[in-house]
Amino acid sequence: MTLNRRDFLKTSAGAVGLAATAGLAGCATAQTGSAGPKVVVVGAGFGGATFSRYIKMWAPNTQVTVIEPNAKFTSCPFSNTVLAGINKMDDIAMPYDYLKKVVDNFVPDTVTAIDTTKQTVTTAGGHTFAYDKLVLAGGIELLFDKVQGYDAEAQKTVKHAWKASPDQTGVLRQQLEAMPDGGTFVMSVPMSPYRCPPGPYERACMVASYFKQAKPKSKIIILDGNPDVASKKGLFVAAWKKHFGYGTDNSMIDYRPNNMPRAVDAKNMKVSTEFDDVKGDVINVVPPMRAAAVCGMAGVRDGNNGNWCTIDYRTFESKVVKNVHILGDSALTNFPKSGSVANNTGKMCAYAMSEAFAGRSVDPAPVVTNTCYSGTGMGTAFHVATVFRWNEEKQSMIPPKDANGVSAEESELEMAYMESWAKNVWADTLGLPESYAFTAKG
Amino acid sequence: MKKSFVATLILAGTLGVALSAHADPRARFIAANCSYCHGPDGKSRGAIPSLAGMEAGYFVEQMKAFRDGSRPATVMKKHASGYTDAEFETMAKYFASIK
Repeated sequence: MTLNRRDFLKTSAGAVGLAATAGLAGCATAQTGSAGPKVVVVGAGFGGATFSRYIKMWAPNTQVTVIEPNAKFTSCPFSNTVLAGINKMDDIAMPYDYLKKVVDNFVPDTVTAIDTTKQTVTTAGGHTFAYDKLVLAGGIELLFDKVQGYDAEAQKTVKHAWKASPDQTGVLRQQLEAMPDGGTFVMSVPMSPYRCPPGPYERACMVASYFKQAKPKSKIIILDGNPDVASKKGLFVAAWKKHFGYGTDNSMIDYRPNNMPRAVDAKNMKVSTEFDDVKGDVINVVPPMRAAAVCGMAGVRDGNNGNWCTIDYRTFESKVVKNVHILGDSALTNFPKSGSVANNTGKMCAYAMSEAFAGRSVDPAPVVTNTCYSGTGMGTAFHVATVFRWNEEKQSMIPPKDANGVSAEESELEMAYMESWAKNVWADTLGLPESYAFTAKG
Repeated sequence: MKKSFVATLILAGTLGVALSAHADPRARFIAANCSYCHGPDGKSRGAIPSLAGMEAGYFVEQMKAFRDGSRPATVMKKHASGYTDAEFETMAKYFASIK
């Protein structure tokens, strides 16, 4: 029966529209109108795109509208390999064509207003969409005004590259290429919680691998707002020692904890912390961040001093606004803000929502996993992997015994797995066919 | 009610394997947890092994071996330690049913 309905929808998803499904009343369940419930998804990154694909698989009569301003998907995971020169921007960008085929409406636009009482979303293009369920998967909003001097003018020179794009990651790569041998690259790590906990330390490895081969007299200064390496510490420090002389007088990497950038001076290429003024030939500052701007519009930034969004782990529904669900980096959870988690929580939310649409109760004890690889830039990688399960007593999702840990050491095998992970998570997120020709390499 | 009806059918084996595995929402969700590494529907695009079409008994055996450490692993000991034996069976049936 499910197959028939899905096939029927496929053939009717064009101009005729979904109103045609009204004739299948005996087949469909829990409909709110003539067709299935209306779900509006804001953002087609790892969370939003995955959710959209899976809700169409698991509750095919749902009418899914996806609003996404970018013409194509650019992956933040693997974007550090562009800084190393291993991949180009085109290698980590993929089309939305396959996602567009399965959703009902793909809108290339930016959301400007959300009314959670009327349950509508309005875009810059002047369109308004009504929803039964709203899914906010907008990632992060960067707070440039928290760093003095990091204004629009400074942003032309100082890149964050924490949202991968040609203008960010691509330009930072060009800056590194233009830097003379013996130059200094200054980079920063934001305070936890932030998108991609191991990302900054991997970035240091990737840039160091490029310097080692192309400009070996150069240095990297890491200004870390945190008191210590915030993720995979043992593995990163071991990699820095093994490949980049960390801990010796000749170290390429100068790691400085408790050094939050407070000001940026783009004219004089200077970053200031509470203690120091640090000059660099290339400066890469990742400002503080919070849940995406659309979460502010919906009034769901209720957690962690109004920066992130608390959710019910069983449904990913906001704890403060009904019928608004938050995926990926915007959510405040026990999960790391990773691509894997955004992808998998997209499925958790689709699962819970499809059960609710079918008139069943949601799974009271869900399980979800994270696997996150980091590359050294030297042909090796390592991981952290965790399974999170609902714990009734603690009313939270926590790892069972032995279901959380990191690699014993970096290895070439894990580099091969990291490359395979990227292709599989991109395929799973975007619905890329088996014939899709990936060009990214590890 | 519908869920337990489906579950009963699976236990009774009155439905084809493919249909039963795909019809059980928790089964397909738990299996989908694997797809960001092993590929959509367990069809991998790279060095990580595919799970699609894997013989169910072999799948369960390997998961148990990862968990008790008798099969060395990179990430899989952690993943295997997070699921129950019943969930191994559920995932195994799902992936075995995929062509």
